[in-house]
Formats: sequence, structure tokens, C-alpha cells
Amino acid sequence: MSTPARPPGNFEITVDGEPVPARRGQSLAAALFASGRASWRRTRGDGRPRGLFCGIGVCFDCLATVNGIPNVRVCLAEAQPGDTIHTQEGTGHDARGC
Amino acid sequence: MHADAEGAGLPTSVDPEPGPEVTVDVAVIGAGPAGLAAAVTAAGAGCTVALVDSGARPGGQFFRQPAPDLAFSPGITRPRHRGHRAFRALTAALSRANHRDDGRVTELFQHHVWHVATDPTNTERAVTLHAAVGEPPRRRRVVHARCLVLATGAYDRTLPFPGWDLPGVLTAGGAQSLIKAQDTPPGHNVVVAGTGPFLLPVAAGLARAGCRVPAVVEASAARVSGPRMAKSVVGAGAHLGTKLVEAAGYAAALARNRIPVYTGHAVVAAHGADRVHAVTLAPVDRDWHPRMDRSWRLPCDTLAVGYGFTPQLELPISLGCTIRTDTDGNLVVSVDADQRTSVPGVMAAGESTGVAGAETALAEGTIAGRVAAGHCGAGAPSRSHETALRRLRAHRSRLHRFAAALHAAYPVPDGRHAPPGWSTWLTEDTIVCRCEDVPLSLLRIAATELGATDARTAKLLARPGMGWCQGRMCGWATTCLTAGLSGQAPTTVELTGTARRPLARPIPLHLLAESTPPSHEGTSDDA
Amino acid sequence: MIVIGAGIIGASCAYHSIRAGLSVLVLDRSGVASGTSGAGEGNILVSDKPPGAELDLALLSARRWSELADELHAEDPTTDIEFDAKGGLVVAPDERSLAALHQQADAQRSAGVTAQPLTTAEVATHEPNLTPQIAGGVRYPQDAQTQPMLATAQLLRSARRHGARIRLGTTVTGLLRGSSGRITGVRTDRGDLFAGAVVNAAGPWAGQIATLADSPLPIEPRRGFVLVTEPLPRMIRHKVYAASYVAAVASDQAALAVSPVIEGTRSGTVLIGSSRERVGFDRTVSPDVLGVLARNAISLFPFLRDVAALRTYVGFRPLCTDHLPVLGPDPRAPGLLHACGHEGAGVGLAAGTGTLIAEALTGTEPSLDMAPFHAGRFVGSQGVNREVQP
Repeated sequence: MSTPARPPGNFEITVDGEPVPARRGQSLAAALFASGRASWRRTRGDGRPRGLFCGIGVCFDCLATVNGIPNVRVCLAEAQPGDTIHTQEGTGHDARGC
Repeated sequence: MHADAEGAGLPTSVDPEPGPEVTVDVAVIGAGPAGLAAAVTAAGAGCTVALVDSGARPGGQFFRQPAPDLAFSPGITRPRHRGHRAFRALTAALSRANHRDDGRVTELFQHHVWHVATDPTNTERAVTLHAAVGEPPRRRRVVHARCLVLATGAYDRTLPFPGWDLPGVLTAGGAQSLIKAQDTPPGHNVVVAGTGPFLLPVAAGLARAGCRVPAVVEASAARVSGPRMAKSVVGAGAHLGTKLVEAAGYAAALARNRIPVYTGHAVVAAHGADRVHAVTLAPVDRDWHPRMDRSWRLPCDTLAVGYGFTPQLELPISLGCTIRTDTDGNLVVSVDADQRTSVPGVMAAGESTGVAGAETALAEGTIAGRVAAGHCGAGAPSRSHETALRRLRAHRSRLHRFAAALHAAYPVPDGRHAPPGWSTWLTEDTIVCRCEDVPLSLLRIAATELGATDARTAKLLARPGMGWCQGRMCGWATTCLTAGLSGQAPTTVELTGTARRPLARPIPLHLLAESTPPSHEGTSDDA
Repeated sequence: MIVIGAGIIGASCAYHSIRAGLSVLVLDRSGVASGTSGAGEGNILVSDKPPGAELDLALLSARRWSELADELHAEDPTTDIEFDAKGGLVVAPDERSLAALHQQADAQRSAGVTAQPLTTAEVATHEPNLTPQIAGGVRYPQDAQTQPMLATAQLLRSARRHGARIRLGTTVTGLLRGSSGRITGVRTDRGDLFAGAVVNAAGPWAGQIATLADSPLPIEPRRGFVLVTEPLPRMIRHKVYAASYVAAVASDQAALAVSPVIEGTRSGTVLIGSSRERVGFDRTVSPDVLGVLARNAISLFPFLRDVAALRTYVGFRPLCTDHLPVLGPDPRAPGLLHACGHEGAGVGLAAGTGTLIAEALTGTEPSLDMAPFHAGRFVGSQGVNREVQP
């Protein structure tokens, strides 16, 4: 992992197009939680809301699409300035089905 | 990828970017207390070490560290956890190993090990780890070693109950990591529930972070300071005293914040639509059957819940290490007094050998590190070395006696004596598998109609444990539930059946496609 | 009758036999579908078989499967074995393999198989996510898929409703013979059980059962890995495989043979096969084999590159060394019938196998000429004969 240039202490990420504040060194999940969001995904079976559960990368509840990549565990991904997060419905790949 | 450079006040490591293949004497998986101790000890004896962890920095769950550059909110100090000094000493030793000793330790953080292979015919490369790097994974790395120390740790043990998959319901460990490593309170009004001594520091930490904690709900009737407890831990020696002082400290913190502790109670349901807004509390008996006539609702916006911890075992199971069921109902790796597993050249230390806390993990990691060094022909045995090992082993035994007493004081019913009372908290539509939305009713049909007398068959027929987490969250509980539906207690074989994960982590197919060594048909590019 | 094995073959034998009026007891040393049936994709294929006895059995079986799905559903409308008549699509990477594929399709057509040659453009309309880097393909609408564990469990459940008994966790340790030399039952770790007939449906362990009856059969495990992806929306419509698959199935080499076989499932995961190795019952995961499977899958469906594999499983196909199942009475052991040696086609061939075994037990005119499957072909061959060609 090469060390990226240090981002400033506070910056913005976007969640479904909305700006959300994030802090240097904070996980994307923490930034989402701090913005008052408790869920950012719905299951593909019953459409049940999912957010943060284990917080340490084990449960895979907290999946979201980050910078175009679906099913990222946002509890493990550190926020970077300009990160774009999209909440997920279903598999995270649903736009691609045939 | 460096140690917690700023936080520990240390310079960065010598080798910033190892190649796609790393060859060392000792591979250590897990950089919590056990793994750190093993790595530092083996390096100190002259071995080259690869320290591999999925986290971004050392610490694991016990010594979880915030990012060094995270600015904490005004009034909130960077958390100093129990054992902070031990952690600082270890990271300092790690840094010394890298600077004074030519980068003897290769630190591989954000490495998710998806497969480990052993080759007893090849002493130089007896062990090979395959890892995916980053989240999302960006590339792969292979580590070859002469021996392996597994220090994979544990995570919260969870039980299903109605509403446990509502947003705002977190594991106790998850809530704690939000506070400790993220300076982000999980909510305003946080109920802490489950069982075990870990609930107290979680509640105290939440209060310190400014959360209101309307209740700590402990299913066991035991209190860590109670006379029964004290009697059962005779022999744990001075450690008991330390622990009691620690527990008293947390109890005082709870009292100061007027946080009521309900022992012999459980959260039997969480309520809400898109977020939990209340929980139902009920008194429970010894097997955790609730008294619903005496239940009540408590409003909250967050529930932090944990029923102790369960070890992360997919790697030792894949390696074929002998596994046993511990007194707390968890599967653990069987090890001898030297932390050797049944597989030659593979040691295990820390929670994977039995949930027993950070101090135990440190002792076991140190033993494992010495034994690993000995395996590699380093650190020639001396009398002082032997004495130190003997002392460590004795210390470890005392700590395990203490852990066994804690397990006895905070038992999670697994159906060994009677159908677990917690299974009656569930309704037919309660989700048992969060990933695949499997309700209890489907598990019941698989067990009673389709002949699934064990959890593995139930999994194949009803899909609990088939989703993203591969049963890490629901595996223990569904195994108990399936066995219970056939009127039995789960066996070690059945528990192993749901804990077996030949891919230890999800891995993108393009990385898997690259994972064949170059000699074998050539590799595709990593664009 | 006693059926040894609660896999898909044993379940189908039980299902058909109880309906033919026999009393049925199914034994398994482990659980339902705990062996090969729980480690496969649930293929019901006619496309991968050249004309001959096995193709005839596959055609009978494919018909029976679609009837079975209806029968089970009629019996209990909640029953779902995820039967999907999705069709198979075989693709050829180049003109040479396309010519060979067309030649095989022509031959199959004369045996009663529907095989539709497709141009590259036509393939793309059937499988929009498939690589365009192919010369063409052949579509086989008779190919289907079922969820093999569910199918096994539901067939057994229906048999039980009709009076069959199922004993799991019971290991057969010997076969009992009467004074006339006839097989009269089985010895198990829970006591002796007597029956008019014993059906050997023990999958890759069927050779061991045959040996217990002093009637050896050359049945060996042929290991295969399957990779399972994260759940996806529908991205792959058919069972899609490369023309080289047929050659890999028919090969006699012990070393690794890999050929891409890709398909979606109702639960959303994509299953990626196939590998074949004769390494005994070794369950050790091979990252090299998984790497080749992944590479092959990406070459057919480039979108899979960025899809995660969540798990892998290993299974052992019961390979009969002449690549034909062994079905019906064993002349060396009267009272013993074999229903084994289906290799990787056990789920597909199970419906027909159960039909034929029930016919043999009741003395009914068989739906198919049983001679090619007769156990008598191994009499005097010392059990194992690698020289026999299909």
C-alpha cells in the first residue's frame, strides 16, 4: 500500500450524489454513521435494510458501491477526499443483468 | 504499509513495498497481541518474519488503533486501552527489528489471506499464504515460510432474535471499534446487551463518548465480583486481583453514569422499521428461557449486542489442524504446551486456541514465536530460554484457568443440557442468516421435512451460511438450532462443517486467475 | 429392498421403486446428499454425450426429470427442486473446433437430440455477456438443471410419504448371503438388515460396496472443484461450456484436465467448473486449479473478472473406468443390483436410472436396452481395466 498524499483533516465524500463530511483517518462506514445513516444497502431477497453490524470486516453487512466498485466493505475502507458511495439494492450488480 | 508510525512515535519501516512474493522464516497471520508477540519474539531470535493482517495497522481487536491521522473530537482523548504499554512495547520492538536488524519483519497489513497451503516436502517453503491486498482487493501477494503462527483472533459471537438484523443493531465489538478507532458514537441512546465481562467496558466507553446508555443487559446471573466467581477462580492468582480491580473500575464508571445493569436478563427482540427504536427486555432463566410476562420495552436508537467471542478458524480447519470444542461451546484449535497444532510447522496462539483475553494471547504468542524460531534453527536453546518458556507456560495455564472460570460464569447455552432457551426468542419469520434472508421456518422445514439432521445439510437445503459472510455470523447459532430441531446438541464435527471455508476470504476472480505461479502457464496482467 | 446411499441415485431408485409397489429402506452412513450429490451443479445434460448407450439413458432421464418436477409439485405444491429447462450452449473458440462440434451435433441429432447450430451473432443474442471471441456454437434446448441437494431431499421426502424408511448415519459393513449364494441383506454398524434385493447406489464408494459382495467394480473417485461466485442478477442464461469439455470428460488421463463450464443458478450465484483429476479422495484445495478455473471463466464471460468468488467446493465423481454407468443385477451376486458409476452425470442420469432399477426389480419391460450397462462386462476383468474404450 503506497502512502497517498495526506488529505486535509475534513473533506467531503458523496453518498448517492449528496455531499457528506468525512474526517481524515475515518472509515467510510463511520462517515456514513456520523451523517445519520444507519443503512446503505438492501438485501436481494427480502429487501431488508443493512448497515454496520460487526464493524470489523467479518459480516459483510456494510457493503456499498465505492467509486464504481460494488460490494466494498465500507467498515474497512478509509475515507479519501472525493470518494463516491452509492447505496445498493440487491446484488450491487443489478444494473448489469440480462 | 507501516506500523502505527505516528501513534507509536516510531519511524517508518525500511522496506515500504515488498514484491508480489515474500519468502521468510516465519509467517504470522494476525497482528493482535498474539501475532505481535510471536512476530517480535521470532524476529528477536534472528528469524525473518512476515506479519500479515487484514487490518490497516497492528493491534487486532484488543489493541484496536485509530488511524494515526484521525483528529479526535474536542474533549475526547485518543483511547488508551488496557494493555496499552504492552502494545507500545511490542510495536517499538517491531520497529527495532526493522531498523536495527535490516527489516527483519515484513509488515503486510490490509492483507486478506484466502488460502494457506503446506508442503512438508519443502522445508524452505513449507507454508505458502495467498493473500488479496486491500479493500476492495487490488492485487495479490504470496508469502512463503518455513513455519506458520496462526493468530487469527476472534470476533463477536452473535445469536439471532427478532429484529437483530435491523440497522442500529451492532455487535458489541463493532460499537466499541466505532468509538475507539473512529471517534464516532454509534447512536445517542445505546442499549448494551449480551453476556460476558466485555459488556462493561463497552458500556463505559459509550458513556465516555457521550452516549446515553439506558441499560446494560447481562443474560448470565453471574457477577464477575460475586463470591461464586471468586471461588471458582482460585488458582488464577494475581491475575484475578487485576481483573477484579478492572471490573470494579468499570462498575464504578457505570454507577457514575447511572447506568443500570440487568443481570439475568436478555434483549429478546428489537423493534423498528428502518432502524431500531426499542428493544424488549425479559428476565431469563439458566437456559435463557424468557419470562415474557415480566418483559418490558425500552426505547433506544442503537443496540450493541455480543454473546462473548468466537474464534476465526477457517485457516486452521483448511490446514487440517485438529479442532476441538472448548468449554464455552466454541470450536478452537488444539495445541500442545508449545502452541503446536497437529500439523507440523503450524503453531497457533491467542483466541483461536481458546477465548482467554489479551494477556493470554501475549503469553501464547511469545511461546509460539520462540517455538517457531526453534523450528527454523534460530534462538539456540539455553537454560534461561527454557526457564522463560516454563514460566510462560505456567502463566498461560493460570490464565486459561481464569478464562475457563469466566466461561463457566457466562455460559451461552448451546443445547448440551437442554434445548437452548434463546431458540425460543425466535419466531418462524425471524431471520437466522442475515446474508441470504433465511428465516427460521425454512431451517425448520430443512430439518424436519427434508432430513437435514446436521447444519451442513441444512445449509445446502435452506442456504443459511451460503451468502457473503459464509456463515461467520450465523454458523454457530444455526448449528445449535439445527441440532436442537433434531433434539440433539451440536458435535464438534457438525460445528466444523459450518466453519469450513476453503476460500477463507472472498476473492475477485481476476486475482484468483493471477494466483497461479508464473512458472505455471504464465500470468495475466494486473491492469 | 435396501438402497445403499442417500444421494441422488439412491433417492431416485427409492422414489421409483416405492411407486412400483416395493417396500424400501434407504441407508446412508452420513446424511442426505452428503457425498457427490451435494458437491455438483445439478446438470441434466444430453449435449455432452456422443451417440450411444449413455446418450440414450440421458435422453430418457431428461424426459423423466421434467416429469418428476411436475410429479413432485403435484404431490405438494410447496415442493421446488429448482428445475430449470434452461438449455445448454456449447461454444467453439475457433473454426476447427466449431467443425468438430457441428459434426458431433449432426451425430447427436440422428440419435434424437435437438441441436441448433448458432453463428457468433446468434450466440450473442442468446448469451449477451459471452465473449464475442468465438467462432460459433450449438444450442441444446433439452439440457436442464436442478438444485441437486433439494432434488435428492425432495425425492426422499416423497418416497417417505409413500412408506419408504430412511436411516441416516448407518454404515454398511458387509453384505449377507444366503446358502444359495444369494444376497439376502446387509450388515451394518447397527445390526443386520434383510431384504429381497440390495441396490448399490454408493456413488464414488460403490466400488467398496461391490468388493464387500466379492463382485468388484472399477469405480474410482475423479476429483472436481467448483467455484461459486457472489450472488448476481441474471447474467448467464444457459449452461455454457467450451467444446473441449466433451474431450475432457472422455479423457482417461489421471492428470488434471480442465475445461470451462459456467452457469447461473436460481439463487443468483454463478457456478464455475470444471476440473478432473484422479487423485483419490484428497480434499486439499488447489489454488492452481482454482486459478485455471477462474481464468477459463473470465475468457468466456469477461464480466466475471470483477466478480468475487465466495467459496469453492470439492466433489468426487464416481468414475467407472469405461465411462459407462453400471446398472442392474450383478450376475456374480444374485439379489445385488448396481446403480453406480455415473461419473459427473449422476444428477442428470438419476431419473432414468431410478426408472430402470424399479423396472428391473419388478420384472417390467425395461424402458431401455440394459445390456451396455450390465455388470457382467467386468466379470473376469479383475475389476479394473483402463484399456476399455467408451
